[in-house]
Amino acid sequence: MSSSTAVPAAPMVAVRALTQRFATAAGPVTALDGVDLTIERGRFVSLIGPSGCGKSTLLRVVGDLVTPTSGEVLVGGKTAAQARRDQDYGIAFQSAGLLEWRTVARNVELPLELHGVGRRERRARALDLLELVGLGDVAGARPSQLSGGMQQRVAIARALAESPSLLLMDEPFGALDEMTRERLQDELLRVAAAAGTTVLFVTHSIPEAVYLSDRVVVMSARPGRVAAVVDVDLPRGAGTDVREAPEFFARVTDVREALRGAPVRTGASA
Amino acid sequence: MSGSAVAPARGREAAAGALRRVAVVVAAVAVLAAAWELYAALGPVDGAGVGGVRLLPRADERSMPHLGTVLATLGEPEVAVPGARTVGQAVLAGAWTTLRLALAGWALGALVGAALAVAMQRLRLLEDGLLPWVVLSQTVPIIALAPVVAGWGGVLSVGPIAWTPASSVVVISAFLAFCPVAVGLLRGLQAPSALTEELFTSYAASWRQQLLRLRLPASLPFVVPALRLAAAQAVVGAIVAEISTGTRGGIGRLIIEYSQQATSSPARVHAAVWGAAALGLLVAGLITLADVALRRSRGTSGGPA
Repeated sequence: MSSSTAVPAAPMVAVRALTQRFATAAGPVTALDGVDLTIERGRFVSLIGPSGCGKSTLLRVVGDLVTPTSGEVLVGGKTAAQARRDQDYGIAFQSAGLLEWRTVARNVELPLELHGVGRRERRARALDLLELVGLGDVAGARPSQLSGGMQQRVAIARALAESPSLLLMDEPFGALDEMTRERLQDELLRVAAAAGTTVLFVTHSIPEAVYLSDRVVVMSARPGRVAAVVDVDLPRGAGTDVREAPEFFARVTDVREALRGAPVRTGASA
Repeated sequence: MSGSAVAPARGREAAAGALRRVAVVVAAVAVLAAAWELYAALGPVDGAGVGGVRLLPRADERSMPHLGTVLATLGEPEVAVPGARTVGQAVLAGAWTTLRLALAGWALGALVGAALAVAMQRLRLLEDGLLPWVVLSQTVPIIALAPVVAGWGGVLSVGPIAWTPASSVVVISAFLAFCPVAVGLLRGLQAPSALTEELFTSYAASWRQQLLRLRLPASLPFVVPALRLAAAQAVVGAIVAEISTGTRGGIGRLIIEYSQQATSSPARVHAAVWGAAALGLLVAGLITLADVALRRSRGTSGGPA
């Protein structure tokens, strides 16, 4: 089918002139106002901004979980709706959202099961993915027996189940302690790099955005707009070396100033 | 895994908890029996009251037969004919008949309730329009409803099967049983978080897939208590329906017959009431057993398999 074949040359995500309004009890609210965003394949892009800047909404529009009021959203050259039907993206949220009545392995299998993958094949895939996120030994456990960090890793494994070309992540590490968070950041970079996955990552944390991303998109609130774009050129997943490097802090400062509304010097540095 | 080490201890705890609950139930029955006997022995024989309003019940043998007398009645023949069945056998036979009718009513009610709940979950408009009526339906007195349903006899037939008094009992019993299932299952189907619903949307899952893989499994903790309540309602419904439609063979009819014999053998009606109570307990117990089996297969109460 021509509609389900992705155009290889097309960027992974292309958002143009996106506007999103919601009707609320207090009247209409403009969550996003004329947002443009292009993500090339294989890139790691973070959205950061104050609460209410529409970064989660933007992620949901890309995932076709919210229908935009106006504007164009293409995922791998297809409409967002088609990309969702074709399972071109995997998604993970702040809360793992595991089904408590299923074992860990059966949670990872869920998307495969829904799309008619055979029992043996999906079990093998789930065990591979659990191995990948370091949870091979708890495949038969119930989600309630796992720590928050382990549950989040199961959710990431589940998001990767269909080998998506795009990973949408809405503050997936937001509820974790700092140590777990840093370990999972490295794990995510490793997993995404190994599969060549494009990642769109929403976060509240400036260091997290800088550490993970090739590009940090800084948004402003009411209405949600792209305020600045900070390109980051640091070695990926280099752990403590990068987290303590002067260049790391320089980019953190750039993002912080962009969030405050100061003009950004960089952007051409990449 | 720490879970596997915890599981046996959890099992022991659960066993100890179950034992404690059984002990509490036995103790409660014993206290109740002792209170009954104590009042029957010490209470005023003609009751007591103020200005003609009786506040304390009579404690004579007709109003409050000794528990031993009721037990002995179970072994007495029902009528003074050689080879007649005993009262105990009559109560058992009646309870068995009513049990079958109540279970049929419970199953029918659960089916109708489940269908309503699924429809209401699917369409918000249906929920807004239907739910108040579901709740309101339970305020209709059975005594008023029974003659209407019984009147379908001879008029209505389901395929080749003619409408019998037993059908009326089943329908009235189902009428009481469907409400808790409809309300409980609806709450359960609406239980999944917005996040898991979004997840299923991201998988482009169909409504049916979402129902089978997400909403129904998530509703189980709501459905089991609803089914238990429905079972109790079905038993009450069946007994009241038997009485108000005059259906023979069940425990309801037996209660009426024995209360008419209260002058000559007052303990009999108590024996029949015991049968009715045991019936309710039995049905509730069956649901609890089913629940335990279900939990075990889902593994939510124990450790990993």
